[in-house]
Amino acid sequence: MAQIFAYIVHKNGVADDTALELITAAKKIDASAEVTAVVTGSGANLDTVCNEMAASYKEVYKLDNDGLAYPNAEVVRGVLVNALPAGSIILIPHNTFGMDLGPGLSIKVDSPFVSDAVDFEGVDGSNLKIIRQEFGGQVSTHVTCDISNGAVINVRPGPFLPDESKSAGGSVTDKSGDIGELATGRRYLETVIPEAGDVDITKSDVLVSVGRGIEDEENIEAANELAEAMGAVVSCSRPIVDAKWLDKSRQVGTSGQTVKPKVYMAMGISGSFQHLGGIKGSPFMIAVNKNAKAPIFQVADVGIIADIQEFMPELAEKIGESK
Amino acid sequence: MEILVCVKRVPDNEENEIELNDDGNDIERDDLVYSVNEWDNYAVEEAIQIVDEHGGSVTVVTIGDEEAEEVLRREMAMGAEKGILVDDESLEGSDGKGIAAVLKAVTEKGSYDLIMTGAQADAGQAQVGGMLAAMMDIPYASLVNKIDVIDDKKLKIGREIEGGDQELNEIDLPCVLSIQTGINEPRYVGIRGIRKVASVEIPTFNAGDLGIGADVAGEAAAKVKKVDYFLPEMGEGAEMLEGSTDEIIDKLIELLKAKGGLQ
Repeated sequence: MAQIFAYIVHKNGVADDTALELITAAKKIDASAEVTAVVTGSGANLDTVCNEMAASYKEVYKLDNDGLAYPNAEVVRGVLVNALPAGSIILIPHNTFGMDLGPGLSIKVDSPFVSDAVDFEGVDGSNLKIIRQEFGGQVSTHVTCDISNGAVINVRPGPFLPDESKSAGGSVTDKSGDIGELATGRRYLETVIPEAGDVDITKSDVLVSVGRGIEDEENIEAANELAEAMGAVVSCSRPIVDAKWLDKSRQVGTSGQTVKPKVYMAMGISGSFQHLGGIKGSPFMIAVNKNAKAPIFQVADVGIIADIQEFMPELAEKIGESK
Repeated sequence: MEILVCVKRVPDNEENEIELNDDGNDIERDDLVYSVNEWDNYAVEEAIQIVDEHGGSVTVVTIGDEEAEEVLRREMAMGAEKGILVDDESLEGSDGKGIAAVLKAVTEKGSYDLIMTGAQADAGQAQVGGMLAAMMDIPYASLVNKIDVIDDKKLKIGREIEGGDQELNEIDLPCVLSIQTGINEPRYVGIRGIRKVASVEIPTFNAGDLGIGADVAGEAAAKVKKVDYFLPEMGEGAEMLEGSTDEIIDKLIELLKAKGGLQ
């Protein structure tokens, strides 16, 4: 079996949650694997992350260069090509950085690429069996990947439990000498943080969250009325923001806000992993959707098959009467 | 600026409930409603807006069968000047690398300053753009939600990253960008618009025209293969409330009261 590497995403000297999830993912590929962490960056923040990772990974590759201070995937790609042995299995979190890095890396190391793996079912000969999802999680697929020349695999954040054992007693190896020339075709400038909106959905205990099932901008009013009856705040999934029906500050998801309400009403939301990734703290979740097969029903506590257009006004009215 | 946008005809997520077929190994493909991949539509709109402001032309390309021509015509009705169809049965079963290799061959038939894809399509792989750029040895950026043309050598682009933050980069041309939804508001296309482009000739290439052999694309070349489809495990799943609407609502209000959902 090829050597397995896990790319560690980190920010401000703190490793991302995926850093320990990739250990679990690697062990599902090969139970006897000694996984090596790969950490790129610069200076004291990099050292902090490397030392933290040595508790969980037997070996940690440190790649230190001023040009790696911000994780620009175009730059990191060349560094990994130079620093990792050919034929390796490279695990990368499937987040906005991993989506930027993985596909191109697979070309440069001449290995196959598998995107957004949610589980592994072992190796048969040279074929690794992987589970993915399609159509926003409505169906799953088994995929085989020929790993005889390694592989680049983007692993979904979340499905693999973090390995918290911290019993590796590992060491940090400085591989900075292998970095080579840094790519320059794309240059990071700055990160723009969006302006705060009129409400802070992260502060609300109860959210009435609307998705594509709302169908028309006019119907947002029904959500507003329901939220008002409940004493809740209206939030939404990505398509509502794309359509400019609600402000970006109301979007729940990995590319929006992370919320921790007590009660979450998912109204006409199918339940993509990017949306669910923005809901923390296990709220009591109620899903209303006219599609009985919507993935949201797998994760909700209570499900109702209904058209939210009819359901929301009726619910608002009854709540008003019951007060 | 000459812009190539790669588009795909996919089952429309809004119009279909995706179900398994009777054999349980594929999705039920009869009666599926198809349309252009949503992300690709934003990419085409963005390309048209760039050309409107800075000159040049937009070409849309797709790989598929003759039915895929309808999505090309739809995007041409939006304002893409040219379409290219790659149609060859031997390309079925290609993995991402196979598709990227075919698209690279298409780019070599023309001369493009900028190549765009949607950030992802129906299978949620988000892979072809990054592969294409690496094969062409030109820069790449994914999840692009803003494009400003600086000059004919470079762009300033925004990438959507975690938490709704926007990562600004400068990128050299030519390059490949994968476009995130929400970057613009794609224009409406009516039947009349599609009729207007109905007679525009769309050149069709097969694998041979592009110099693509069975060792590069198609099922035999694929290192990543889809075996089957199945329904995801339900876990515990939701407790489904059933009965009349009144009964359901009464039960829901009880639950909301118990869980602190009514403030």
